[in-house]
Amino acid sequence: MKYLTEYRNLEATKKYLELIDKTITKPWNIMEICGGQTHGLVKNGILDLLPDKVQMIHGPGCPVCVTPLNLIDKAIELLENGVIVCSFGDMIRVPGSKKSLLEAKADGGDLRILYSPIEAVKIAKNNPDKEVVFFAVGFETTAPANALSVLHAQKEGLENYSILVSHVLVPPAMEAILDDEFCNIDAFLGAGHVCAIMGYKEYFPLAEKYKIPIVITGFEPLDLVQGIYLSVKQLEDGNHKVENQYSRAVKEEGNVAAINVINQVFEVGHREWRGIGEIPNSGYVLTKEFKDFDAESKFGISNIKVPENPDCIAGEILRGIKKPRECSQFGKVCNPSNPLGAPMVSSEGACAAYYHFSNTLE
Amino acid sequence: MDKTELGFDSINLGHGSGGLMTRDLLDKIIFKTFSNPFLDQKHDGSIVKFDRPIAISTDSFVVSPIFFKGGNIGELAVHGTVNDVAMCGAIPRYLSLAFIIEEGMKMERFITIVESIKKAADISGVQIITGDTKVVERGKGDEIFINTTGFGEVNPKANISTDNIKVGDKIIINGYVAQHGMAIMSQREGLEFESTIESDSTNLNYLVNDLIDEFGDRIHLFRDPTRGGVASVLSEIAQDINLGVAIHEDKIPLEKQVAAACEILGLDPLYVANEGLFITIVDPEVADDVIEMMKNDEKGKNTACIGEITEEHPKKVVMKSVIGGKRIVSPMIGEQLPRIC
Repeated sequence: MKYLTEYRNLEATKKYLELIDKTITKPWNIMEICGGQTHGLVKNGILDLLPDKVQMIHGPGCPVCVTPLNLIDKAIELLENGVIVCSFGDMIRVPGSKKSLLEAKADGGDLRILYSPIEAVKIAKNNPDKEVVFFAVGFETTAPANALSVLHAQKEGLENYSILVSHVLVPPAMEAILDDEFCNIDAFLGAGHVCAIMGYKEYFPLAEKYKIPIVITGFEPLDLVQGIYLSVKQLEDGNHKVENQYSRAVKEEGNVAAINVINQVFEVGHREWRGIGEIPNSGYVLTKEFKDFDAESKFGISNIKVPENPDCIAGEILRGIKKPRECSQFGKVCNPSNPLGAPMVSSEGACAAYYHFSNTLE
Repeated sequence: MDKTELGFDSINLGHGSGGLMTRDLLDKIIFKTFSNPFLDQKHDGSIVKFDRPIAISTDSFVVSPIFFKGGNIGELAVHGTVNDVAMCGAIPRYLSLAFIIEEGMKMERFITIVESIKKAADISGVQIITGDTKVVERGKGDEIFINTTGFGEVNPKANISTDNIKVGDKIIINGYVAQHGMAIMSQREGLEFESTIESDSTNLNYLVNDLIDEFGDRIHLFRDPTRGGVASVLSEIAQDINLGVAIHEDKIPLEKQVAAACEILGLDPLYVANEGLFITIVDPEVADDVIEMMKNDEKGKNTACIGEITEEHPKKVVMKSVIGGKRIVSPMIGEQLPRIC
């Protein structure tokens, strides 16, 4: 198998862990942006293998975690009104203000768990008398497929297909984190798959403005320790460059065809981030030409802010200010069976990762 | 069996009504296919005699799609229960067989399922000795549900109990993980992908019995990791024995295509269902011999020792990753769902 076994190689990973140990002279805080990277770090036990001077801070790169409560409530409302709602798997257990999509399904809602939004278009075509909505959640990574689904639906002349958009963008999130007064991050591991789509040109101005190293990193154990090593090396040398560790998947210009599809259908707009608040120009919205495919416009959506559980510190977790174990509810009241907030439900969420993989390993 | 003998293309409510149509279905399909001295009496139940303690296990089968690469719901219904009886250290002898059929199921498909059950039962060495057939209205079933209850005689050499598990015991598995679950996944709506992954559904009773005959009470436990996968079974065991379970990621047998399919869908193979697998926990002194015996059997070619029982981290399963880090393997909460990214 190409790339997977090579990047799970024990000897190579050990070598980079040793290099980190030899290179580091003072404590550094490194944030990995992507939930998949958090998952990889915890699942492979890498956090315990790193020298103590490296502190990994977990970023907001879990699109499920940052999808606002009112969008989940809207999806549930659609289900209850006879709409076929299609969603990625990891969205369906996240609690809305009253229940999750999975519970709404058990109550009779027609919820379809899909891997690809193109399947949702097929469902719309096969059910012309029903409305079909795809819950379009994700960072830039899932945007091309969601955009393509809209183009397919347009080509087919479908009027019963729309997408409920909750796309968020990485660079504005990074800026919001860096601008936070409590920010203590020294370097970033950039989100590998987001950059596989978008390239990494957007990160040069960020690195320059904030004087912060950004290393675009993959997800396998060797990727992660290589990315951490390159970050530590830059920090020790006083550099603040953009580097690409994940060169086997990421080019500076990104995936041009995917970017073109995104730009055909989406434009940048304001987005609400659950646990963080509104970040200007931090998400995608459908362009005017495709407004008919926007479930929010089609069905109306309330802008009422739904209050979060006051005991949930998801916002601080997502901004990397606190770690899951610093939450008083972690593992007690709040656990995967009874989550108080999104980071405990989504498999990419920091709280869930810690709970599942390192609950008693201190 | 020619479906036209019954005069119907598909099952309808009359076939479950208990009247002549039911009798026709039973005579021409069920009794004809499964004929044996017990069923031929066509009584409400069958009387059997056992000379030794018996193990009883029941299971219901609701898999969809009912035909999948490597098998169908009928074979599964036999293998699943035969294996559960074997896990108790017993030799399966008899099965009960109950159908709940959705109105409209094609007769041809039903007959194929029945014939598969017969074939699987013969290979497993069990007889169908009693059963039931019900038909529910269209929309109230998923084409067909099957329940089987198995009865077996406990092997006098068997002493299967979590109470027997000790620190140092070895944990052995007989083959590749996640085959069955991924075979089903690859045909699920919205997730279809081209693959040749086949379900590993098979009967394990002969191999299990041979192991008991050879190693007796040095074998402390058998469990089959069906729904919830290897992780769930090991988590349950760890909880029950109040000791730790330590496993090694690099020792877990995983076939390349299955590994790739799990990666694509974002599923952890440790939580995916298996049907032709069992875990055995054995006295470390016999572990090597157990592995050798299993490897020499066609149902154990890819046998591996995946871990051991430890006094560290009681009640928890901890896995050492391929790169040497450690992580908890926690019990599954709800269904495992394909991930976004």
